[in-house]
Amino acid sequence: MNRILKHREILLFGIIAILVAGFSARAPGFASPKNLAGIFNDTSILIILALGQMAVILTKSIDLSVAANLAFTGMAVAMLNAAHPELPLALLIVVALGIGAFLGAINGLFVWKLGIPPIVVTLGTLTIYRGMAFVLSGGGWVNAHQMTPVFLNTPRQVFLGLPILGWTAIAIVILVTIMMTRTFFGRALYASGGNPTAAVYAGIDVGRTRFFAFVLSGALAGLCGYLWVSRYAVAYVDIAAGFELDSVAACVIGGISTLGGIGTVAGTVLGALFLGVIKNALPVINISPFWQMAISGAVIILAVIFNARQEKRRGRIILRDKAAKTYQEAPAA
Amino acid sequence: MSAVPEKRRIPDRLGTSFTRLFSSWEMLLLGVAIVIFIANSFASPYFLNVWNLSDATFNFTEKAMIAFAMALLIISGEIDLSVAAIIALASTAMGAAAQMGVGTPGLVAIGVSVGLLAGAFNGLLVAGLGLPSIVVTIGTMSLFRGISYIVLGDQAYGGYPESFAYFGQGYVFWVFSFEFVLFALCAVLFAVLLHATSFGRRVYAIGNNAFAARFSGIPVERVKFILFLLTGLMSGIAAVCLTSRLGSTRPSIAQGWELEIVTMVVLGGVSILGGSGTIGGVVIAAFVMGLVTFGLGLLNVPGIVMSIFIGLLLIVTISLPIIIRRLKSGKVA
Repeated sequence: MNRILKHREILLFGIIAILVAGFSARAPGFASPKNLAGIFNDTSILIILALGQMAVILTKSIDLSVAANLAFTGMAVAMLNAAHPELPLALLIVVALGIGAFLGAINGLFVWKLGIPPIVVTLGTLTIYRGMAFVLSGGGWVNAHQMTPVFLNTPRQVFLGLPILGWTAIAIVILVTIMMTRTFFGRALYASGGNPTAAVYAGIDVGRTRFFAFVLSGALAGLCGYLWVSRYAVAYVDIAAGFELDSVAACVIGGISTLGGIGTVAGTVLGALFLGVIKNALPVINISPFWQMAISGAVIILAVIFNARQEKRRGRIILRDKAAKTYQEAPAA
Repeated sequence: MSAVPEKRRIPDRLGTSFTRLFSSWEMLLLGVAIVIFIANSFASPYFLNVWNLSDATFNFTEKAMIAFAMALLIISGEIDLSVAAIIALASTAMGAAAQMGVGTPGLVAIGVSVGLLAGAFNGLLVAGLGLPSIVVTIGTMSLFRGISYIVLGDQAYGGYPESFAYFGQGYVFWVFSFEFVLFALCAVLFAVLLHATSFGRRVYAIGNNAFAARFSGIPVERVKFILFLLTGLMSGIAAVCLTSRLGSTRPSIAQGWELEIVTMVVLGGVSILGGSGTIGGVVIAAFVMGLVTFGLGLLNVPGIVMSIFIGLLLIVTISLPIIIRRLKSGKVA
């Protein structure tokens, strides 16, 4: 039992299950497969965004510009669609990924080449990107009737009970899982956050790894830009304002250490789902949506406290019976 | 950040005090301020007017008051991203009290003590529990502002007593507003605290090497706690001024100020990595930012476009010294 509780993902899954059970006691139908699929679909964008954030946080960095990147890319793609309805959707998605990756690369370059702390760089680009969304659109809106039906409806097509939007999130989760566990880049992400000095001696370019983490985070944010605009059928400057905090919150709740090097894809997904369940449950149990911000703040703080305690405990255990556990305690990766 | 330590060359002498003075960051910044001042007076015929200039000071006085405390915090190697949320919380508390008929002295006491309490909460989490300040204050930022949203929702508080308006709208004498005088007073107090007391030396010592500071008998945790308390206190005072100036409270009050305050501190030459910086630099940076936003305002540049300039200012001022240093040492990135 203790062993199970030590596993963050199982613990978090248990908490989410208890929450869902509790809410469905108050509101029958909350735990129905249809509603759960709805919640997953609703959380898809956060899951995708949080996975990019996870890659960045693993390398001891943080990307606060994801939501601004999302807003800019979403606006750019929506305007492109409104101006040139003949362009195929696949091209627009490639454009979204490309713009997002480019904006992420700008962040990454400053971190990699100039060694500026990521929080400062992305705090700066956060305002710049959102400001650029304003400059691009002139403060205007792109409304549903200006977008083509294909652009709007593709993520909504239901396939096996789940809209394409949800399937996209599942596909990204699988891709990122493969990347994290089966590729050199995934290893490098963990290594350059866990112990940058050792990573250098192991032949890993820490700066370059960080750069590509930011590119990945940017590309996923760009994709989310398209998904967001099509889901809510409108593009304006302030979309997803403050959403970068939700992506950080999902990571922290999911057990990604902000000191880098620790965390899993499953944890991040569950962290995002935790926020998604709470967000969807508030109206069901008659609590004003205005509570959401304070609740996620409180959850972030609790999760940080919890993470710190767990990391401390793990450190002690390694010290105490180092010799006995050398073979079992492979580094978390 | 390169993981392998670079070789350091320690010069025999530090150059004469004269050349040092003129190559210092503060002098460079002062030059920038003068250039912006001159450019502004050419760009707009309304700029060179004492009352306009006096109005311009409102752009930065409240932010600068917090920036002084934030400078100490950043020098000590921590950061507080919740300052703007503290303003929202303190302002909401004052608004609620004003609805109950509390008089001006009571309102000020409430605003300042809510700031102190919020700062103590941050300090407890960071210094007491040893948690990373970036994530903790992202959490409290969402928590504090979230509480304002719970209390206010989409409503606003107004109806402050008439005498309360003095703090944000009153003038001490001629064109010198109460806020400006308070700003100048805080500048002097913080300059003395940082540059002429043993407490100030401790702040630098902690920022340079917290480990060594601890072994030198400096109570690192207590000093950090006091710094968070100070930042909360200044946020409370700023909340009093801002609420009085606006005459109303919305939960979105001072949104995004944390970015501008951090920008002001970093622009003032405080190293974001901790350990160096001066209050004088922050004062000049406050003037630079005030002049830029005021000048752009006179030219009818919208606020969100101004924020692009602020973001650029932040990134450029941090990158430039690094690039120049690279070029000087002949090392191309």
